[in-house]
This record gives sequence, C-alpha cells and structure tokens, in this order.
Amino acid sequence: MKSYFWFVAKRAVLLVAVIFFGVSATFFITHLSPISPVETALGRIMNQSSFSPDAIEEMRRVLTDLYGTDRPLLQQYLTFWQKLAAGDLGPSLIAFPTPAMTLVMQALPWTVVLLLVSTMITFAIGNLMGAMAGYFQDNIALKAFGVVAVVLQPIPYYVVAFVLLILFGFVWPVLPISGGYAMDVAPGFTLSFVQSVLMHAILPAASLVLVGFGSWFLGMRALVSTVVTEDFVTYAELAGVRNSTIMGGYVIRNALIPQVTGLAMSLGAVFSGTIITEQVFNYPGLGSLLIDAVFGGDYALVLAVSTISIAAVGIAIFIVDLLYPLIDPRVKAE
Amino acid sequence: MFAVLRDLIRYNAEFAIGLVLVLSIIIFAMLSVFNPVDARLIFTTIPDQPPSAEFWFGTNSRGQDMFWQLSEAFRNSLMFGLTVAVISRILSISVGLLSGYIGGWTDRILMFINDIFVAIPIFPVLVLFYFVLRSDMNAVTLAFIMACLGWPYDARLIRSVALGLKHREFTRHAVFAGMSTRKILLEEHLPFVMPIVFSTFMNNMLWSIGLEVTLAVLGLTDINTPTIGTVLYWANSHSAMVVGVWWWIVIPVVLTALTFLGMFLLAVSTNEYIDPRSRLRRMGV
Repeated sequence: MKSYFWFVAKRAVLLVAVIFFGVSATFFITHLSPISPVETALGRIMNQSSFSPDAIEEMRRVLTDLYGTDRPLLQQYLTFWQKLAAGDLGPSLIAFPTPAMTLVMQALPWTVVLLLVSTMITFAIGNLMGAMAGYFQDNIALKAFGVVAVVLQPIPYYVVAFVLLILFGFVWPVLPISGGYAMDVAPGFTLSFVQSVLMHAILPAASLVLVGFGSWFLGMRALVSTVVTEDFVTYAELAGVRNSTIMGGYVIRNALIPQVTGLAMSLGAVFSGTIITEQVFNYPGLGSLLIDAVFGGDYALVLAVSTISIAAVGIAIFIVDLLYPLIDPRVKAE
Repeated sequence: MFAVLRDLIRYNAEFAIGLVLVLSIIIFAMLSVFNPVDARLIFTTIPDQPPSAEFWFGTNSRGQDMFWQLSEAFRNSLMFGLTVAVISRILSISVGLLSGYIGGWTDRILMFINDIFVAIPIFPVLVLFYFVLRSDMNAVTLAFIMACLGWPYDARLIRSVALGLKHREFTRHAVFAGMSTRKILLEEHLPFVMPIVFSTFMNNMLWSIGLEVTLAVLGLTDINTPTIGTVLYWANSHSAMVVGVWWWIVIPVVLTALTFLGMFLLAVSTNEYIDPRSRLRRMGV
C-alpha cells in the first residue's frame, strides 16, 4: 500500500510538471506572436460601427488595461497564472466580450463525450478482435479482417472522414453530416434532443473508430501471438483448461498490459484526430473552436483551448497510469 | 545487410509488397525533376480535364496538370517526412542510449523530460506555432518543430534496449579496455539499436507526413507549395467532389493510401524481423 502511495505521488508530480511546462510554453509562444490582441479587438469593434477618435483611444486604453499588454512579460505571466487559478482567461475576441473560458466550457463536453465514446469503442473492438485473431490464427474471417485493418490503419484521419462525408452526405443521405444537433430542436434534456445529438455523433464517431481500431487490432494480434507461445499457456492447455478461460484469463490479461500503456500514449493523438473530425463534420467541440480562434486571430481563446487540452490530456494519462498496477500484477507500483 | 534484405524479400510477403509500393512512389516523386512547369504556378494548362492520354491524372480547377502536381507534392512530402525522421532519430538515439547506459540521475532527468513530451498534445502546439508564425511557417520550420516533438516514445524504446546492453559481457570488456563512453555508445551499442531505429524511422515518417496532411488540409501550412496535404486542401476548397472533378480528390487519396500502406508494411515487417519468436514462427519451426 505504501509503495502504491509513492507511485501515485510520483505520477502526480509528473502531472503537475506536464501542466506547468505545457501551459507556460503555450503562454510564451502566444506572447511572442506579432498579433496584438488589442489592435485585433479594436479592428473588430470598429468594423461593426463607427466611433469618434476619442472613443477609440478610450477603448484602446481600456483594452490595454484589460489584456495588460503594456506591462513586462514576466508580470503578465504571473498575472496569467493568477487569473487561471480563478478560471479566468480573459475575454474572447471573436465573441467579444464573452469570456474565453465560457466558450471553452461550452465546447468541452462535446469533445470529451465524442472522444470517450469513440476511444472506448475502438479500444474494445480492436483488442477483442485482435486477441481472437492472434489466438485463432487459422480462422479465414479473422485473417480477412486483419487485411482490412492493415489497409485502414495507416490512412490519415482526414481521408476517412471525407469518404464518410461523401458516402453519407451525397451518395446515401441518411445521416446528418454537419453540426452537433438539429437546428429545430431546443437544447435540453428531452428525448428528441438526445436523439438528435446521438444521430449527429454517429458519423464523427464512426470515422474515429474506423481509423483507430486498426492499430489496436494489429498490436493485440501481435501481442497475443507471442503470449500463446509462452510456457504457462502450454501448461494450461495440457492441463485441459477450457479454451475460453485460457484466452480470457491467461492470454488477454497478459497481452492487455502494453495496450493500456498505449491507450495513454494514444490519447494525445486521438485528440488531434478529433480536431479534424470536428472540422470536417462541423461538430461544436474544442477542435472547431481552436480552428476558429486561430483564423480569427483570437489570442485569448487559442491560449484557453491549448491550456485546457494540455490539462485534459495530462489528467487522462495520469488516470490511465494509476490504473496500470491494478491490471498488471507484475508491476509492483515502483 | 544484403543477405538480410534478400531473406526479408523472400520470406516476408509484407516486406516485399511494402518495398515495391515505396519504391514506386519514390520513382514517381523523382519524376518531378522533369516537370516542365513551375508547380507553384496556376492556370498553366486547360482546367478540369478528366484523366486522358494527354493528362494522365487529369487537370484541376486551378489549371494544373495533376500528374506533375502530385509528383512534386509527393517529393515535397517525402522530403519533409525524411527531414523530420532524421532529426528526431538523432534526438531519440542520443537520449535513449545516454539514458540507458549512464543511468542514475541522468536517466531520471532525461526520462522526466521525456514523460513531459509524451504527455503534451502535439496538435494544439503545432496550431499554436502556426498562429504565431503565420506567413513565416515554411516546411523547414515545421519539420524542425515536429522533430522536436516526435522523439520521446522512440527514445524510451531505445533506452529499454540500452538498459539490457549495459549488463552484457562485451560492454564490461569495452569498459575495462578503456573505451570512452562516447565510443562505447557509438561503436558498441549503436549497431544493436539500428533495427529499431529503422522501424521507428518509418513510423516517424508516417506520423509526420500524416500530421502535415492534417495541418495542410485545415490550411495551417504554406498552402502554395504542393504537398499531399495542400493538394487535398485546394481540392476541398474548390469542392472538387461536389462539382464532379472527382479525380482531383480520388487520385491523391489512393496514392496517399498506397504510400502509407507501403511504409507501414515496411515498418511492421522489420519490427517483426527484430522479434526472433515471430520470425521462427514464420519459418514454421
């Protein structure tokens, strides 16, 4: 128990370091940007209506004060952490004066749910099929499945998403191809809304699953095919243990361990996959928000989305790491 | 080296297919040397021509011959992937070998940095760099940034091998013979990790080209230089599929898929070759 505590403590230090360095890096990278948030905001406001030069000067003063761009970088950095601790990342520019944090919080659930559901489905299908393909190596159907996985696996996310879009948007239009829910349904916890959300999530999730399952499948197949040659499996077979028990209790359990590490590693990659997916299907998540922010020159919003995504991925990896010793009896949580 | 290659081609169908695919794509990309026009120019030929004897891959709505455009695009993308892979290999080999051989605090600190890099989501960081650099974002800068982000996982892999090598007899002999650390790492340990370096090299190229495609499709790179990603970007922004210029999307997608498949097969088969157990099974022992 004591060793598990130290293991958790060590991981927690790492988590804090990841978030600290990651967020600091994003802060300094954005502040090296030649784009001035004050001038961008002014330009945006002036586009909408005309102001007298005095009013513009006044607004510039207020905005400079708001973003604190006249102070030295180090002080801005400290203020940034102070505000971040209070959950404040300054007002967004593309939706001025809505706080960037509010926009992020609206988008976050969409991305998290899409990511969670598709990752879980992908992990489950890929590993189960992969384990079967590794165990029953002569099965024709599973072999064919392997070929499909090999061909699908290296294809970039974007291509698969685009093919789905063409198939279900133009060739056989049965599923909604854009947005998070239908426009004529009021958001709320009603049956029609939930139904609409689910329908809209099918294609984005399917594209993620299609691209993702291949690597799990191939990884698991390779792992299982090495585990089945281990002595303890041969003993179990000779002792007449049922096939299903050998596969579930002996083989999969042992082969799953590296796969769980892979799960942590892949989370960052899957995150970038959802950005494309969201962009292609116009899904209202963090990815769409990030792209809009980049093209709108929205300084505060870019910083907010990056901060949240670093924190989210960091925490997800932390959780997977904590589960690790529980799955693997050999790892004594050093 | 040649004997290994010959065996791989003879006994490993995956390797042979991968090699053929990758070689064909490389030849196709090399043809861009004979490209009669500057690939950055638009409206150099009749727009929207379907594939024919004159235009093998058709022409796009921007008046570019797709054959030359794609040839140039593949060359640029492959060069890009190669650059990223070479730089990040240097990083991962040095970190992996040093960390595994020296151990102690060097190991702890290097692996701590490694863990941080593993956990940082790369895509938002790349978007961030585009946000800052905008017009200065060219292929070289992007390659350098990606190389700095693409080493940690492979460094861990190399470290795990180096840890094993450290306790082998020959390492001790080398130490007693008075070899310097640098010499031991370069001359004694490096040859053992070369197979891993090769297979991760392929994976890293796949990763970086894929990421470049992703960024380019969103318009987050220098969109005027032809690469696999920018070809798709322009096709998408001209709604090629909807307008009916299908070859503009389908041909690059098929070629990309073949390239990725080829490199992936090479990576997988060399990876399997490294693992002696799966090699034995293949030989039917």
